[in-house]
This record gives sequence, C-alpha cells and structure tokens, in this order.
Amino acid sequence: MRLINSIGEWLDARLQLGSSVRETAEHPVPRETASWFYVFGSAAFVVFLLQIVTGIMLALIYVPSAGEAWNSLQTLNHNVALGWFIRGLHGWGSNFMVAIVLIHMVQVFLFGAYKYPRELTWIVGVFLLLVTLGMAFTGQVLRFDQDAYWGLGIGASIASRVPLMGPSIVNLMLGGPIIAGATLSRFFALHVFVVPGLLIAFVAVHILMVLKLGINEWPMPGRVVRKATYIKDYHELTKKDGIPFVPGAIWKDLFFAAFILLSIAACAWYFGPFGPSGPPDPTIIQTAPRPDYFFLWLYAVLSFLPPSMETPALLIGPVVGILALLLLPFVFGEGEKSWRRRPTAVLTILLAAVSLGTFTRLAEHTPWSPVMDAWSGIPIPSEFLHNRSALERQGALVFQVKQCHNCHSLGEQGGKRGPALDAVAMRLTQDQLIRQVIQGGGNMPAYGKNLSPAETTALVAFLETLHPAGQSPARDASRAVALGTDAGEPPSTDQ
Amino acid sequence: MSFPPGVTRRDFFMKIGIFFNGIVGVVLAVPIVRYLLSPVARERKAGYESWIPLGNLEQFPSGETRLATYRNPVVNTWDGDTADIACWVRNVDGKTFQVFAINCAHLGCPVRWFPQSNLFMCPCHGGAYYQDGSRASGPPERGLFEYHYRIESGKLLIKAGEMPTPGQASNIVREIRPCA
Repeated sequence: MRLINSIGEWLDARLQLGSSVRETAEHPVPRETASWFYVFGSAAFVVFLLQIVTGIMLALIYVPSAGEAWNSLQTLNHNVALGWFIRGLHGWGSNFMVAIVLIHMVQVFLFGAYKYPRELTWIVGVFLLLVTLGMAFTGQVLRFDQDAYWGLGIGASIASRVPLMGPSIVNLMLGGPIIAGATLSRFFALHVFVVPGLLIAFVAVHILMVLKLGINEWPMPGRVVRKATYIKDYHELTKKDGIPFVPGAIWKDLFFAAFILLSIAACAWYFGPFGPSGPPDPTIIQTAPRPDYFFLWLYAVLSFLPPSMETPALLIGPVVGILALLLLPFVFGEGEKSWRRRPTAVLTILLAAVSLGTFTRLAEHTPWSPVMDAWSGIPIPSEFLHNRSALERQGALVFQVKQCHNCHSLGEQGGKRGPALDAVAMRLTQDQLIRQVIQGGGNMPAYGKNLSPAETTALVAFLETLHPAGQSPARDASRAVALGTDAGEPPSTDQ
Repeated sequence: MSFPPGVTRRDFFMKIGIFFNGIVGVVLAVPIVRYLLSPVARERKAGYESWIPLGNLEQFPSGETRLATYRNPVVNTWDGDTADIACWVRNVDGKTFQVFAINCAHLGCPVRWFPQSNLFMCPCHGGAYYQDGSRASGPPERGLFEYHYRIESGKLLIKAGEMPTPGQASNIVREIRPCA
C-alpha cells in the first residue's frame, strides 16, 4: 500500500494532474440528479469503450477485402477461439449503443436539458446521434454479406436521386462503377478511422461541456429558465443543496454501466453474433435483403411512400429533421423544463415512438413484399377445395401456377402484398373479378396477356367460390335483368 | 526594415508563417482532392462501360427469359465474387433481344423472373414488372433498366460496366416506357 502511494506521489509530482482530477470528480451536483434517470449518458460512453476494445479485437482477424472479408468472418465465427463471442459483443454492443443514445436523448429532451446554457451540448449530442448511426450503417457494410451488398445498392440508389450530382455521388460512395473491393475498403476506412475520430472528438467536447456547465438540475414545475438569472440560480442550488459527484452520484452510473455490459455479454452469449448471411455474390439473386434493426423503420417507410413522394421525402426529409433538432434549443431556449408543463414535448416523443415502433414492427413482417415461393411452397388450404367442381379446382391450380398466391393470401397463408382473397366473392361480382384479373389496376399487374380465356374462366370460377359458407356472393342485379335470366339463378361463367 | 507602429517583428513573422502554411495547405489539398475524386473523374474521361459478351445465342432460346452473368470490365484482383454481375436476357422473337439489369428501378434489389406469370418481382419492397420490363405495380417510378446489346458472330454482347441507379444521367441504360 505504501509502495502504491509513493508511486502515485512520484507520478503526480511530474504529471501535475491530481488536483484537477480530484476537483472534477468532487464538483458539486444538485442532489436530485443522483438519479437513475441520469445514467444513460455515461452508459453510452461505456458501451462506446466496449466497441473500441472489441473493434480492435476484430481488426486482428478481419480482412477488409471484398474477396476475403466474408471468409474472414467465417474464420472468426468458427476457427478462432471465442471469435464468435467477440463478434457478438461488437454486434450487440452496437444495438445497445444506438438504443441507449436514443433513450439518453429522450431523457434529455423531456428534462429540458437542452435549454440555456446547454444549447451547444445538445447540438453536439445531435452530431453524436448522427455519427453513432453512421457507425451502425458502416459496420453493417463491413459484415460483408448479401444484406450488406444489397444494402449498399439501396444506399447508392437513394444517393443517385440527388439532382445533378447523383451519379457522381454514387461513384464516390462506391469508389468506382459497381459495389466491389474499393467500396468495402472505403467503408472500412470510414468505420475504423474517420467516423470513430469524429465520435471521440464529439464525445470529448460533449463531456467537457457537461463538466463546465454543470449537469442539468432536476426540473421542477414552475422553476422557469431565464437567461438573466439561470447561472446564478444554478450555482446557488449546487452550493445550497449539492453533493460531490464522486461518490454521491457516480455509484448509480457504475451500477447501470455494469448492468448494461453484462446484458450485452448475455445477449452475445445466448443469441450469438449477427451473420454473416450468404456470401456477397451478386449472381445469387435468391435473396431478400433487409437492413439491421435500427434501419428497419426506414425500410418500411420506403415501401409505403408513393412513387412521386419518394425522391423529395428521401432528400428533404432528413435535412428537415436534423435542422429541427439543431434549432430546438434556440427556439425553446428558455421557459419551463418540467415535462409536466410541456405536453407538446411529451406528445412529440409519444408520436415518434409510436411511428418508429409501428414501422419497425411492419418491417419485421414485410407485408408489402411478395412471398416469392408461396406459389410452389404454400398449398391452398384444403377447406377452399372441398366440394368444388373440376373447373373450380382447375382455377385453384391457375391461382397457384400464375403466382397469385405470392401476393394474395388464403386462410392467412401466402403474400400480403394484395388483399386477402378469403371472401373476395363478397366484394367483387363476376364481371369485376374478370376485369381485375385481366386489366389489373389498384397496384396489381394486368394478367390479360398471360392467361388464356380458359384459364381466366377457371380462375374466376374458383375466386367466386371464396365467400363464407351460407352467405351469397356479390352479384350484379342489372346483369340478370339485361340477360333476361332469373335473379336467383347463379350467373353464367361463359364470357 | 521598419514595421508599422504596434506590430512587432515576431508578430510579422508569425503572420508570414501562417500565410506560408496556408499556401502549403492549398498546394497539398489539390492532389488530395484529386485523389479522392478519382472514381468520379474516371467516369467523366473514359467512362466505365464497354461491350461484354454474355454468351452464345443458343443459350437464350426464343421467347424465353434467362439469367446471364458476366465479369465486370472494370475489375481488381481483390474484388472477389462482387465483380460477377447478373442480368436478365429476354429473347423476344429469335432476332430481337432485351437485356435487363438485375437491379430493381426502385432501390436496386435483385429482381426475380417468374416465367409462369411473365412477371419480374422484387423481394425488397414488392415492385413488379411485365416481361418487356415495363412497370407493372409497386413503388418503382419506371420500368427496369435495359442495356444496349448487339449480336456479333453468334454471340450476344451488351454495353455494361456500371451499376444502374434511378438517378443515373447516363444514356447507356435506356428507359423502358410502360406499354400503353
């Protein structure tokens, strides 16, 4: 013990850091900020440290070459002792980091911490969110598999829509005309050098400002921020009712950080690393690429935007969103901090959470995508075929062979791209069915050229059987009159 | 040498030093920027595209649409499988061909051909195209990208080399107008 003390004294005599470190550690913070609500910033920082350490571990084996990257990931997963676990830590660490950064942001927003004098801390925080997402996207590219390859294609397709510069931006992003070796090399440089450099710089400034300006006090309804008096009030508060940060508040940060690290390790251990999925061979087209978890909402938005809205929304939407975040502390720099007096702020968070949650959930099911193998892999449930005529069964066959099942479900099975057809005969008359099949429309391709008259007749005969038992299908009353047949008689199928 | 009042000799030299570093900075920035822009500059000068054989005509039976692959003409040894590009070849009537890019015109995912329903379908966001490449349904704003082709001594050649993207100004990949 005496040896450690004397070494410490020897070092401090030369470094001259002891007193300033002690001063920083023991600076007074408002008593109520020693709260479990104030642990997310430090937890994000600790996860970032984990990412640095595990990232360096992975770089010992990983080969940033388009021809070898996928193989080196297989080696990491299977041939290097606990390589799979380090990959798991890094992958789950990335998900946890994005999640904690978002939670931290929500807490800071609801506690009004972005208001005077902490506007710049918030702005640097917005940059930190952007570089964290940048790390998540570039990291997904380094896991150079099918998802990464086609994900880059999606990125390039979005970038190409920038007016005038689009194609040049694509070449710059890919490092050439196609997604290939140069693309992976530059995303490696971004993920390992450029973006982490920015991240370290922003984190340093962010933490420095928290120390210099003091942690945001616990918001009390009625305690209003005014530029003229805030700093004096804050200093009085910390003097009157402050506790030293160490150990008064830091023990909760330490507990939570350890809990998060343990959770990441548990996820890595039980669920293992992410991928890689199939090799990045663009001639393997039997693939349905999907982005990582935190970009799933965007994947869903892209399938719901109408074509005319897509380019403006993709190019202008992010700019507006980021500008709104950056301007927030200037527009609402004073006033109430407490969420109890800021219903709009609470509603904004709820709206964002519900929207992102809904889109993410939808993207997990991709109801907008055809089920590519439904026609050959998912049979029509037998209750739709019982007691059917030969013509109707022939129609069921046409339904499968012409891939109708890829987009339309029967008995909850099959594609969800188009409407479920379990009761289609209740909605459309025979004429309307024929017209819809032949001409398409309403986002359905026209099948007129691909179906013979006999096939159309059979298919429509099958579709007309799709109605709940005991309920009669939709019928065109005027048609019966025009043809002079009895309205009770089923309409004839010859066209 | 005399200095204006209030400016010391050291101030003066410091300013010269800053100015000198500024000049050196610009001199170094020119090659650095040129280096960074090389993927773009290359496109402007020579272009990435060239004529590539896809195979003998017998590989593409009349009236059918088949998958073909080629090695991208601009290639490095470390590109691995990524330089192998797929495309769809449609032999319309034995004499006329259509060669479609594999990339969906929406966001570039690989479209699949379904000969039974004569449709191309995209697994990502559900774009669908007719057999002539025109848009059938879904989010794409246009039909599939189509390569220029020519036939030379019994072989089918296409002009390719760059991944087609929706915003591409290049006239190499021509737009297919929707039928009627």
